[in-house]
Amino acid sequence: MSALLLRDVRLAARAGGSAMLALAFFAGVATLVPLGIGSDLARLARIGGGVLWVAAVLAALLALDRLFQADYEDGSLDVIALSPLSLEAAAAAKTAAHWLATGLPLTLLSPLLGVMFGLPPDGLLALFVSLLVGTPAVSAMGAVGAGLTLSVRRGGLILPLIVLPLLAPAVIFGAGAVLEALDAIPNGALGLLAAFSFAACVLSPFATAAAVRLNLGS
Amino acid sequence: MDAGQALAIEGPNGAGKTSLLRMLAGLLAPASGIIRIRIGGAEIEDGEERGKLAGWLGHADAVKPQMTVRETLSFFARLYGSAPAVDEALDRLGLARLADLPGQYLSAGQKKRVALARLALCARPLWLMDEPLAALDGAGKRVVADLVASHCTDGGIAIVATHEPLGLDCRRLVLA
Repeated sequence: MSALLLRDVRLAARAGGSAMLALAFFAGVATLVPLGIGSDLARLARIGGGVLWVAAVLAALLALDRLFQADYEDGSLDVIALSPLSLEAAAAAKTAAHWLATGLPLTLLSPLLGVMFGLPPDGLLALFVSLLVGTPAVSAMGAVGAGLTLSVRRGGLILPLIVLPLLAPAVIFGAGAVLEALDAIPNGALGLLAAFSFAACVLSPFATAAAVRLNLGS
Repeated sequence: MDAGQALAIEGPNGAGKTSLLRMLAGLLAPASGIIRIRIGGAEIEDGEERGKLAGWLGHADAVKPQMTVRETLSFFARLYGSAPAVDEALDRLGLARLADLPGQYLSAGQKKRVALARLALCARPLWLMDEPLAALDGAGKRVVADLVASHCTDGGIAIVATHEPLGLDCRRLVLA
């Protein structure tokens, strides 16, 4: 399992990999939005959490459509499917690699970008923690979509339609957690986000493996 | 088929050679009928269990453009839990010179050799090979014949879909 995880992280980090693409997209959006909204810091701080969460989800999605498709096209997926590793374990390894290559770097960069939105220190902390807790759910839900669309040419068009509705709770609770820190009114968003993320991570490998199995047999 | 035998599957394009191999590997469920493997007194009918016995050489070579030949082979050796005898496999396929070259610089024939090295490295009893001779030069074709022959001598089974003669003694199955 660690062999597959290590290989996927390496591939994502190399030239032509998806890790830098996602990070650049995230930073680009977070830089452009304050320029478009204007310099009203109070207003920027209100929307900061929501905008950064939406940007993080879209950035992670950029790297998702190749999660299984690249291995499917060059024949690696057949060889991986026949290895001693079960498809469930392979799906979990590839999902974890996607998170390490996109979700984790986005999370680490987020406090810096939060400053551009004038978020106070406890807002920055809430943003960081909510992304740390919530981005695994983005990779987990996304993997199911990537598994379903792996044999579809131009699957990148269908993937967001499948995955984005499933990720609405993560965006709502994630942005809610930042607002909780700003308003100092407890709303329980972080707990709900953690529960959602946990359920997504536990169930995703099974759903993803079922989707991949379906596609390999066709 | 018994241990130590090789089988060549022949037939025109679209006859179902690749589909048959995918069914044997458990990647594709047969529409009807069962595939049974007897090994050590046990009978295996489940597709995924059958897959754990199979070494797969598809028409796609599973070579990543960003990974060097050595990285590709050691990854698959680790994934299959087999001995990391990468240098030996490279030598056998005449790839020693290319070990540290990324996959994107390899020709089609060189990629096929990497896939063959992977097959030899992964140490599975049942080899399923789809057009192993495609894109190979004369020397490469002889290497394939040697590989299959030594695999069978070691008690393995090789089932090979091919359009060309393999250059060794084997049974033939012609799909119409």
